[in-house]
Amino acid sequence: MIRAGIDVGGTNTDAVLLDGRRLLGAAKRPTSEDVTEGIVAALSAAIADAGVAHAAIGRVMIGTTHFTNAVVQRRNLLRTGVIRLGAPASQILPPFVDWPDDLRIAVGGVGIIVPGGVEFDGREICAYDPGSIRDAASILKAADVAAVVVSAIFSSVSDTHERAAAVMVAEQMPGIPVVCSADIGRIGLLERENAAALNAALIGLADRTTSAFTAALARMNLHTELYLTQNDGTLMSAAVARRFPVRTFASGPTNSMRGAAYLCDIKDAIVLDIGGTTTDAGALIGGFPREAGASVIVGGVRTNFRMPDILSIGLGGGSVVERDGAVVGPFSVGNRLTEEARVFGGSVLTATDVAVTLGRGVLGQDPHVAEDVAGRAGATIDTMIAEIIDRMKTTSVDVSVILVGGGALLVGEAALPGMASFLRPEHGNVANAIGAALGQVGGEVDRVVSFNQVGRQESIATALHEARRHAMDAGATEESLATVEVDEVPLAYLPGDAVRLRVKVVGDLP
Amino acid sequence: MLIVDERAAEAIALGAGILGTGGGGNPYLGFLMTRELLRHGAKIAVTGVADVPDDAVVCGIGAMGAPTVGIEKLPRGDEPLAALRALEHHTGCRVTHLIAGEIGGANAMQPLIQSALSGLAAIDGDGMGRAFPELQHCSFSIGGVPCTPAAIADCHHNTVVFPALRDTETLERFARAVTVQMGARAGYAFPIMSGAEMKRTAVSGSYTLAHAIGRAVLTARAAHTDPIAAILAITEGTVLLRGRIVDVERRLVAGFARGRLEIMGTGSDRLREIEIAFQNENLVAWEGPRRRRVLATVPDLITLVDEETGDPVTTEITRYGLRVAVLGMPAPQQLKTAEALAVVGPRAFGYDVQFTPLPGRYGRACPQLW
Repeated sequence: MIRAGIDVGGTNTDAVLLDGRRLLGAAKRPTSEDVTEGIVAALSAAIADAGVAHAAIGRVMIGTTHFTNAVVQRRNLLRTGVIRLGAPASQILPPFVDWPDDLRIAVGGVGIIVPGGVEFDGREICAYDPGSIRDAASILKAADVAAVVVSAIFSSVSDTHERAAAVMVAEQMPGIPVVCSADIGRIGLLERENAAALNAALIGLADRTTSAFTAALARMNLHTELYLTQNDGTLMSAAVARRFPVRTFASGPTNSMRGAAYLCDIKDAIVLDIGGTTTDAGALIGGFPREAGASVIVGGVRTNFRMPDILSIGLGGGSVVERDGAVVGPFSVGNRLTEEARVFGGSVLTATDVAVTLGRGVLGQDPHVAEDVAGRAGATIDTMIAEIIDRMKTTSVDVSVILVGGGALLVGEAALPGMASFLRPEHGNVANAIGAALGQVGGEVDRVVSFNQVGRQESIATALHEARRHAMDAGATEESLATVEVDEVPLAYLPGDAVRLRVKVVGDLP
Repeated sequence: MLIVDERAAEAIALGAGILGTGGGGNPYLGFLMTRELLRHGAKIAVTGVADVPDDAVVCGIGAMGAPTVGIEKLPRGDEPLAALRALEHHTGCRVTHLIAGEIGGANAMQPLIQSALSGLAAIDGDGMGRAFPELQHCSFSIGGVPCTPAAIADCHHNTVVFPALRDTETLERFARAVTVQMGARAGYAFPIMSGAEMKRTAVSGSYTLAHAIGRAVLTARAAHTDPIAAILAITEGTVLLRGRIVDVERRLVAGFARGRLEIMGTGSDRLREIEIAFQNENLVAWEGPRRRRVLATVPDLITLVDEETGDPVTTEITRYGLRVAVLGMPAPQQLKTAEALAVVGPRAFGYDVQFTPLPGRYGRACPQLW
């Protein structure tokens, strides 16, 4: 079966066709305003490039930053209300409390706190009260909200109150989408609720966008399953994406890193994406990006998504060389590289000119760079690269480093201290689209457990069992399931060896 | 008197994180609560220790329990106040002033919040000058102020008063047990004392200090100058080492996150390494390898900050590869007496090493900044 992978970036939309590990065709087209046209153009060109029949394409996978952009630009957002079950706890910090004013206004920002929720050990804080949910629903109806979030304290321990409230709201407000916070995030009420509210606000756009994608594929005579890539690199079906658009927020860098590793056929590496102005570095562990530890801020809102840990420095192909090579970047000629760099007949000394002088790449005309300046600038670049590699490393063992992006020629062949080797995959320029086409799905569990009550082995086994079930619900074949993470964090000041347990399982689609 | 507006609250929260010496919990939620109250018209001012009358009735307040529960089960907000009211009811005294149990970490924000909710004055001082893992580590207790009567309350305003307990360690154990029943988060009120007793035992000027540290870091960041130099100028501290974390060992012992860190020097420190032992807070720093020489110990403050931003790096978020500066800062005088060292010195935490004070004086550079 042939798989199509598409990555919709800010500037370009890339498409690839893969058969097993074999790249059949690739194409790059400008991203269109409505996203869909760019996808059709890129995919058609890739199909033409590969010379395959439409009918041979079994699955289409899209990675897009469309939903992130809507939040950042405060566009296409539904009026959203939040019903939180937790009173009397949490009253001093109402829903939307830490949102930037403009975004809160853009989504209406009505929050109501009612009794409910549970303690860390599952005891009810207050009993579920249907009457207060009914009242809250009528307030939200009067406020003209178009989407609703229900969030209960410790819904990761027990989601009974959240589910009951969701059913009640759906009855009271027919046709209005309802999002349960337990489906969105992890422990951390405010951040989870924020993420759920962003998700709810995006549901209208998600609905239109996924419908447009499906319709566009149908127009191309592609009657296949459509998937979207999530923050961690796994896939969700278009039907799931319609309900959970926030899960696509960080798919761009994730796809690029995973695609690069796939091209090199390794699972543990540091990936450097060297562009015109910056170098983005990320670390892959077992084929998945290492996640950032702290909260992730999206459009000014704190959320607790697990996003890839990306470090950026101001070094790229267009970086300006100053002080006879002692300084490279962060100033860059950016997208004017092909006019201003000396190799292209311009007058600015850039990192690309240095790389060509040092024989690291062949490009354009002789840049006429003095040997000592080039040598010094080359050493500066190497120091910066060694530094960022060192900062991304997770152990003291030497690592493999994968180079992708237009600026990859800045880096010489020789390995730098602390690393094993540089890998430069062929087709690295479409690594993101390849990452989208990898076709894995996952399941996750994140909760507080007491090892004293249940025992460590049994707690982990139960969590793994559930995560495996989630992965199979998402479409994974049972025989392909693999555990990619078991993370135990002991909780201070709690009795009974309380531990926050996170497990993650991934598997392949059939 | 320090007027606390949104900007000052932000600076205090950041400074309190740095004074948290790796523990104390994240002040972010407390900052949000303070900001929310300010935006609804609350006025918050912090009164200097010397300005509190001797016959004032001062009560220590704060929140206790599991920090991880605290980010999910957000507070009702007035739990410490409910505990305080129960204490008033029990003693028949009306409290006039609030004081923080600990300035290091999340509890720094509590007097500001409870002051906004009740109109009671908050005091520019606290019972630790930093953060410590347990109630008995506060200077009130060390200075001989009786820990009882004490009270704790939960979000339902279920309150428990402890009329008489033999010492603060006992209060720590009893209160901890009740807190678990309260959902692992509770507000506390203790000790209740006169203005004179507070003046004798409290660490004075800790809000001024936290604010000055936070403001110095924020100013340095905006001006693209070194935030670490800014912290040191305020605290009279020293950089023990600049480097990266190369090993983290963490385990749970009797409810505490205990462990050790190894930090390998970079730049001019590249031939050196440091080992740090922690129990929620950082306790002892040794020159490595194999703990050759003690560099700093409790009660002096050992804090890790992000080398670039000056943000505190707590023991929960330490991981391999993080670039940090290890700062050593002098402890308040109250914590350096023989009586205090018996409770908060290295031996009290099970490390058989001598306390050799770091040079400098806690918060001395502060008054001029106002």
